[in-house]
Amino acid sequence: MSTTINPTASAAQQPIRSIPTTRRHESTPARTVGRIGVYVLLIVFAAFLLVPFFWMISSSLKENLEVFSIPVRWIPQAFHWQNYVDIWTQANMGTWLTNTVILSVVVTFLQVLTGSFAAYGFARVRFPGRDILFLAYVATIAVPWQAYMIPQFILMTKIQLTGKWLWPMVVLQAFGAFGVFLMKQYFETIPEELSESARLDGLSEYGIWWRIMVPLSGPALASLALLTFVRTWNDYMGPLIYLRDQAYYTLQIGLKTFQADPKASSLDALLFTGSVLSVLPVAIIFVLGQRFFIEGIATSGMKG
Amino acid sequence: MTTHTDRSAQRHRTNALRRRNTALGWSFIAPNFVGFALLTMVPIILLFYMAFTDWNALGTPSWVGIDNFERLARNSDFRAAMAQTFYYAIPHIILTGVLALGLAILLNQKLRGVAFFRAAAFFPYITSIVAIAIVWNLLFSPNYGPINQLLNFFGVADPPGWTTSSDWAMPAVIIVGTWREMGYYMILFLAGLQTIPRELYEAAKVDGASGWQRFLHITWPGLRPTTFFVTVILAIESFKVFDLIQVMTDGGPGTSTYTIAYFIFQKTLGPYSTGEFGYASAASLILFFICLAMTVLQFVVNQQTELASKPKWWPLPLVAGLICFAIAIVAFSTRMSFGLGWFGWTIAFVICFGLMLTMTKMWARRIIK
Repeated sequence: MSTTINPTASAAQQPIRSIPTTRRHESTPARTVGRIGVYVLLIVFAAFLLVPFFWMISSSLKENLEVFSIPVRWIPQAFHWQNYVDIWTQANMGTWLTNTVILSVVVTFLQVLTGSFAAYGFARVRFPGRDILFLAYVATIAVPWQAYMIPQFILMTKIQLTGKWLWPMVVLQAFGAFGVFLMKQYFETIPEELSESARLDGLSEYGIWWRIMVPLSGPALASLALLTFVRTWNDYMGPLIYLRDQAYYTLQIGLKTFQADPKASSLDALLFTGSVLSVLPVAIIFVLGQRFFIEGIATSGMKG
Repeated sequence: MTTHTDRSAQRHRTNALRRRNTALGWSFIAPNFVGFALLTMVPIILLFYMAFTDWNALGTPSWVGIDNFERLARNSDFRAAMAQTFYYAIPHIILTGVLALGLAILLNQKLRGVAFFRAAAFFPYITSIVAIAIVWNLLFSPNYGPINQLLNFFGVADPPGWTTSSDWAMPAVIIVGTWREMGYYMILFLAGLQTIPRELYEAAKVDGASGWQRFLHITWPGLRPTTFFVTVILAIESFKVFDLIQVMTDGGPGTSTYTIAYFIFQKTLGPYSTGEFGYASAASLILFFICLAMTVLQFVVNQQTELASKPKWWPLPLVAGLICFAIAIVAFSTRMSFGLGWFGWTIAFVICFGLMLTMTKMWARRIIK
């Protein structure tokens, strides 16, 4: 169980680059045909991957009855921007969005803080029992969450956190092994000499963490923050179990109940509008910080 | 005399340093550890106890031994859930793994727009599962959905009912699961491909090796650690499948997409909960052991190929063990007990697994010599 440490971790510290397997000056006809074949394959793949998103956006701008037209209409007859106004009154979009933003920000903050703090302890302080403790952290990755969600729920009820604001979700998501693991991997690449000389200059260990390690770990912190934010934003199972009060619904739970609501069954287009709004922030973050997502995943290779 | 006091003073100093370091280390780890221990470690340990009790919503739990497991073995819903979990996991592991590797190899070349294709492949993985379910459910819609209209256009007279038909609901979920996750594993494979030295490919090209030969003799062996890692994670992720099913089909139609994780949820936290926490914990423990068995199995295969260094010597005992495992699963999920009963099957399974491990080890040793 302890072996699920990504073997490629060290290599993935650098951004993924391309290996040129063909040389540019050799352009035989066979090679050109091969090249075109590769592109055709890739375009088919990209279509398979992106058409659902295209359909989502186009349907979010349709009239309700237009969503299921025969034949399929890929581009709406008239752009129905009104959907993006109606969604705020037809559904509790405001509440859901506020809850999701608060939850994601708080969880990200706590995860980055406690994760990098603990990672320093694991990476740079030698004490008996450290490696066993880290093994315990890593081993839990191989245990599916679905297997221990029941004891966890019971514990959460016993410590009386359920039903209180967004607290159950905050404590559930903020203390994961993920941040510790990712940051430890990164801290170990920072030369020991730097902290050694700081120590000689009289900086405490906490000072070294704050003044030296944290400023030098920009990319890893960015990866951790972005991955945590997106994971909390998208989380569905946690809120489904723990946030039963409508006032604390997140976007995902809200959207799901909106879909199941018989009143909304005639509002197909609005359902897509809601979906677009739930995906949009993630899409923006992804476009801006794509490098950090990919590096973070290649380094840690873990899912939440 | 002086040396003696020196030494004891030194020992005193190292002890003090160790104490200081322990306090220091724990002070760093503690803030994260409190949450982690309480909400991850304790629940995992508690699970092993709960599975053997009749823990429910009210009343004090009492020890019931393997009663819960016997009840599970008799429960036709749970048998169906077992079968369907494998029905989802095996095609999903193969499809996702192969497509992710293929994509990674394609996108590891110098091509125009490679960054765009990588981003496109990865994007589904970070989008909300609820939005994905909404979009795909309507895409799959039997009468008006674009997918069936497309199939009609290509001359399929009677296109499947997808999520509304009990035969096609699971394939629909598998398609969406693969669509969503392959980009993630592609990133892992890409990172693995980067670790293979470029010189190897150039040398092979000089020697006139074909593309397929280069894949077989350079890429595949070089990727072994990554492949191992990917298959472990992919297997765990596939066997615990739950949220995708919950949002897409809600276990239905009928019980056609009912999986083990879904069963656990239904019995305890779902809207039709019976509050049988102990009973559901037994199912959780089975899920845990399936994931553990998958990890151990892949670990053995990985070590085996590493030791053998000649991949053509596939270990026979491993294949035999896998067949036993498959028979056990099929027998369990289809009520064909062959007169062995639940307990007998468990023992048979444990023996098979143990035999498989020891024989694989022996086999590996023989190959080395």
